[in-house]
Amino acid sequence: MDWLVLSDAEWTAIRLSLRVSSVAMLVSLPFGIAVAMLLARGRFWGKSIVNGLVHLPLILPPVVTGYLLLMLFGRRGPIGSFLEETIGLVLSFRWTGAALACAIMGFPLMVRSIRLSIEAVDRKLEQAASTLGAGPIWVFLTITLPLIIPGAIAGMILSFAKAMGEFGATITFVSNIPGETQTLSAAIYTFTQVPGGDAGAMRLTIVSIVISMAALMVSEVLAGMAARRVERT
Amino acid sequence: MTLEVQTTHRLGGFSLDAAFSSDRGVTALFGKSGSGKTTLINIIAGLLSPDSGRIVLDGDIIMDSGNRSFTPPHQRRFGSVFQEARLFPHLSVRHNLTYGRWFAPANQTGQDFDRIVDLLGIEALLERAPTNLSGGEKQRIAIGRALLSSPRLLLMDEPLAALDEARKAEILPYLERLRDETDIPIVYVSHSVAEVTRLANRVVALEDGRVSASGDAATVLSLSALTSMIGRREAGCVIEANIEPDAGDDPRLTVIRAGETLFRVPKVSLPAGHAIRLHIAARDVLLAISAPQGLSALNIFEGRILEIGAEAQGAIDVRVDCGGNTIVSRVTAHSAERLALQAGMPIHVVIKSVALEQ
Repeated sequence: MDWLVLSDAEWTAIRLSLRVSSVAMLVSLPFGIAVAMLLARGRFWGKSIVNGLVHLPLILPPVVTGYLLLMLFGRRGPIGSFLEETIGLVLSFRWTGAALACAIMGFPLMVRSIRLSIEAVDRKLEQAASTLGAGPIWVFLTITLPLIIPGAIAGMILSFAKAMGEFGATITFVSNIPGETQTLSAAIYTFTQVPGGDAGAMRLTIVSIVISMAALMVSEVLAGMAARRVERT
Repeated sequence: MTLEVQTTHRLGGFSLDAAFSSDRGVTALFGKSGSGKTTLINIIAGLLSPDSGRIVLDGDIIMDSGNRSFTPPHQRRFGSVFQEARLFPHLSVRHNLTYGRWFAPANQTGQDFDRIVDLLGIEALLERAPTNLSGGEKQRIAIGRALLSSPRLLLMDEPLAALDEARKAEILPYLERLRDETDIPIVYVSHSVAEVTRLANRVVALEDGRVSASGDAATVLSLSALTSMIGRREAGCVIEANIEPDAGDDPRLTVIRAGETLFRVPKVSLPAGHAIRLHIAARDVLLAISAPQGLSALNIFEGRILEIGAEAQGAIDVRVDCGGNTIVSRVTAHSAERLALQAGMPIHVVIKSVALEQ
């Protein structure tokens, strides 16, 4: 059973993948809620364009998304050079860039899930809250937000799962550097490209399945708890 | 407390053009569905911004389209109770009740929590989730929640309409206590004559977005012009009366005085002098040109015909003055001709049943 023991390099890839996916999920959450609110409630010119842009990573080939990221967020790209000069944040060929690529790829799934739950919120409850003295921000924080928690959890898990599996955009944008940008998927790919890498690929595949199942089960439990709290007659 | 409302609003093919004012007590906005009651109360609450209008509460301008001022709903402090309770499903009953407190001005300690909980009889429900409560319980909590936000005005939009008769009977006494024990003026939307008769001090009758009558409840509800609105079955007169201290010769009856007229009704356990409203449906009143003999009816009065209404569906409403009270009787056009009824003619009125609204 020696072939089941994970090497240090493999552990590094697993830890990196978990970190990249978690950061991608958490950082995109506030943006996801904001964009979902905008799309669910906003009435403005160009809404279908915003909607299209959000969904673009879902239909574009991941390599195209990765290449666009490289052009925009690379060290010589307009946004990349600005970020480096102002806050010293370098994205290209760093794990932070991998997190950005994963966040972008998972964003449409997250927004979709949250948007559906916002549209299911009974606006009459928000009206009732406003007649009780709650201003728009308080109505959002005390009524809307708690009621969309099940949708937000589902969106977070989808985003996390997408990030765990992301390959094309990540490898195009930040390459496949062991210890810095080599995520689980990239490591499995690397194993398949070298002679005798089958055992390593198998080990990481099992790890990958375990993490995905665990994420799914945690989301079921959390969503069930949240749904019980907000269920209606 | 004086509320003045004047507004016009157009919504598709419907136009609302209404003005009324109210002071302490319950003002009922009364009319059929589609008459604009809910639109009007939503405008007062600030949930709907009208095309034009002006709302003033005690000299405080809440909104005025003339100078483009508009106070958003959360700054109006007008507690609202809607047709459906709209309780927050993620909060316990206690937290639903205290929700408005977070936003009430600090110097406004507002209504005492325990007193309101006691008034509405919801003590046992405080720690429950709103999901599994009955419709009547939910509506009582919604009323408590509005009261505890220390409102300057209470708006109620058909709060009983979604409930069955038993649940209505459960809540009406609480609404009466609310009217009698708090100083908050209430605007109450309803299409039910029974509710309005029982609760309202003043009535504003709405018809097709226009105010067709307004004023003292008993007067407005008796107006023959309202017959078409009230529905022919319920139309009649409403008389303000008091329980007479002298119970008369039969202990199974209660005597009620309205002006010079004494009504006898089956025993009710109310103290002498208690104010009460009598609702007498026109279809329950018979007319006789000579004193009738050997009838089972308890209440037979002599009066004089004031007015003979126009014929509608073969029936005529006859308004009779009995000792200062106007009683309406509905007779067939045929009977009116046979008896040769005319204004000024002396007549006997036979009342089959009297509904008491406390």
